[in-house]
Amino acid sequence: MQFNKKDILDIASLSCEEIAFILDTADKMKEISQRPVKKVPILRGKTVVLFFYEASTRTRSSFDIAAKRLSADSISLAASSSSISKGESLIDTAKNLQAMNADVIVIRHSASGAPHLLASQLKSGIINAGDGTHAHPTQALLDMMTVREKKGRLKGLRIAIIGDIAHSRVARSNIVGFNKMGAEVVLAGPPTMIPSGVESLGAKVFYDIDRAVEGADVVMMLRIQKERQKNFLFSTEREYAKVFGLNKQRLKRAKSDVIVMHPGPVNWGLEISPEFMESPGSVILDQVENGVAVRMALLYLVAGCTRNADTD
Amino acid sequence: MRILISGGRVIDPASGVDEIADVLIEDGIVQSAKCKVQSDSTSHFSLLTSHCIDASGKLVVPGLIDMHVHLREPGHEYKETIQSGCAAAAAGGFTAVCAMPNTHPVNDNRQITEYILNKAKDAGLSRVYPVGAISKGLSGERLSEYGELKDAGVLAISDDGKPVINSRLMRRAMEYAKAFDLLIISHCEDLELATGGVMNEGALATQMGLAGIPNAVESIMVMRDIALCELTGARLHIAHVSTAESVRAIREAKKRGCPVTAETAPHYFMLTEDAVTGYNTHAKMNPPLRSEKDREAIREGLADGTIDAIVTDHAPHSLLEKDTEFDAAANGIIGLETSLGLSLKLVEQGVLSLNTLIEKMSINPARILGVPMGLTVGNPADITIIDPDMAWTVNSEKFRSLSRNTPFNGWELKGQAVYTIVGGKICTT
Repeated sequence: MQFNKKDILDIASLSCEEIAFILDTADKMKEISQRPVKKVPILRGKTVVLFFYEASTRTRSSFDIAAKRLSADSISLAASSSSISKGESLIDTAKNLQAMNADVIVIRHSASGAPHLLASQLKSGIINAGDGTHAHPTQALLDMMTVREKKGRLKGLRIAIIGDIAHSRVARSNIVGFNKMGAEVVLAGPPTMIPSGVESLGAKVFYDIDRAVEGADVVMMLRIQKERQKNFLFSTEREYAKVFGLNKQRLKRAKSDVIVMHPGPVNWGLEISPEFMESPGSVILDQVENGVAVRMALLYLVAGCTRNADTD
Repeated sequence: MRILISGGRVIDPASGVDEIADVLIEDGIVQSAKCKVQSDSTSHFSLLTSHCIDASGKLVVPGLIDMHVHLREPGHEYKETIQSGCAAAAAGGFTAVCAMPNTHPVNDNRQITEYILNKAKDAGLSRVYPVGAISKGLSGERLSEYGELKDAGVLAISDDGKPVINSRLMRRAMEYAKAFDLLIISHCEDLELATGGVMNEGALATQMGLAGIPNAVESIMVMRDIALCELTGARLHIAHVSTAESVRAIREAKKRGCPVTAETAPHYFMLTEDAVTGYNTHAKMNPPLRSEKDREAIREGLADGTIDAIVTDHAPHSLLEKDTEFDAAANGIIGLETSLGLSLKLVEQGVLSLNTLIEKMSINPARILGVPMGLTVGNPADITIIDPDMAWTVNSEKFRSLSRNTPFNGWELKGQAVYTIVGGKICTT
């Protein structure tokens, strides 16, 4: 298959075939990370800029490791230590990075659509590492990779995503992605955290978490940001954990081979009980491992595409 | 100096005129608005006039008035000046515009009002009616000096761009304004409910990950202000109506006899939130573009008289404020040079008659503001001549406005002002 996307902006702009191709490529990349010498030369001489306007541990280190395992040169920019803190606009900063011949710019930004703005104006490939509450395509791809690995398929599975859907780009990208791949997506959370019209993305909505968990193959819990209490989205952590948190008792309603996922960072004891820290059904660390593989695959595919564009 | 506008279709809803006729202007005043068509070009009229405009096939209407414009001067002259804004107005067929007070400094005092009026006089194009601030500095904390503002030439007061949050202050503003017969123009928005919102709330906002603004943000305040209007008996005008619920509330209030009037803008009857797709910052405004259901309701409100006026909410912004992340982009679009062409679509689509459209773009704004209305003999000769058949393509590069922020660039429109005459002076070529 010919993969010719300059940018990875969201899951909605990827076809089923492209998603499957990315996951297949990621499966191969995963093997590289398991070798004693974890490095291949396929992106030697390529420059990858990690441009993070928002704090991130997992995603940034995952991209950084992915770039290095493919021999690309990666540099990291954080908003706080760059000229952004001097008031330079997003588009100006990005144009300067392009002028230094960055092949791929990986961007995380608190404003939805920021990667689209860059993609529309820059020749460098753009990979969205999370924009506002819009999309987190690499997270959705690593989640799909993990589910496919554990279940052998995506089609026909029941995926329950639970928590603060309204503020979650992970949820949006996963709803779109799992839907595209033929899974059934159900959502649950307090009505304050269910965004208006979310059914249009292709998901059933429950306010009762038990009904969402019922018969699920996958239960994905989302992080609750404690400062949301100030916006009146929930009452207390105690009540949230009791009514909307996942525990082993509640999980009995799911299929017996259910897997439990979480994009991290986890608030143990709030959205998910600490019982799952060591539980065999919990695949939270597998997600992290697959994250590196998915990002290796995307860097390879996008840098490959920009390389072709240069020689055309 | 005499100007004869001959052979055009003269439409003046103020006096019930709609016929082929000549209009004679003498010394800046309408001399005759229904004189007989002079078929003979050597008639005495032609001989005596210093300027003759052949308006055959054209519409000759009372000058269009845009009640809601941001001219940006003083303070943001890189976005628009009074000169460039008036040039844009004249190009768009507007003989008068209301200049909103959210300039820097705010127009909450005599000096700024006089500054604006002097600049407008220097520009010598469309008339400018300055709008004063309801509260000093638009702070929502204390009243501006309405007596001074009125004396300096203000016809209306508004904190536009911001709602008056404090209901007690709004009540007192309405009461106090009665002493000076000032119109209150209200920007209706519940800021707490709107917190963080950047577009219409709904499925599209959810898909795009943008924070939504529900319709209730507007209608809650529309209903509050109607209640205060009924309490005080002040003249209340609701700015930029965008939702079905607001239209309904205003319709019911008018039925009860409440002295409320309302306006909407072309973008609210031409576009829906779909224009935001692709994070298009030229479709970001406040209130936001709404759903199809709201767009329909706005059209119904225009058709049944609930909405009195069509305005532009002309809000110039430079590329700096628009070529950014959607969340960070400034609200607002320019409209003076596209409003007439877009509004004429309402006639083409059977929503309004041509007469009703002229009412909403000239007669009603004049009545609401209390300025001379229609082509009555003795009125200042503010006249717009429209070629209703001229097809043209919106090209923002050619705008007289200093700014380019329009979602209508590239649109094919029909109908354009060919002459804008202000006080007998031709302000367009």
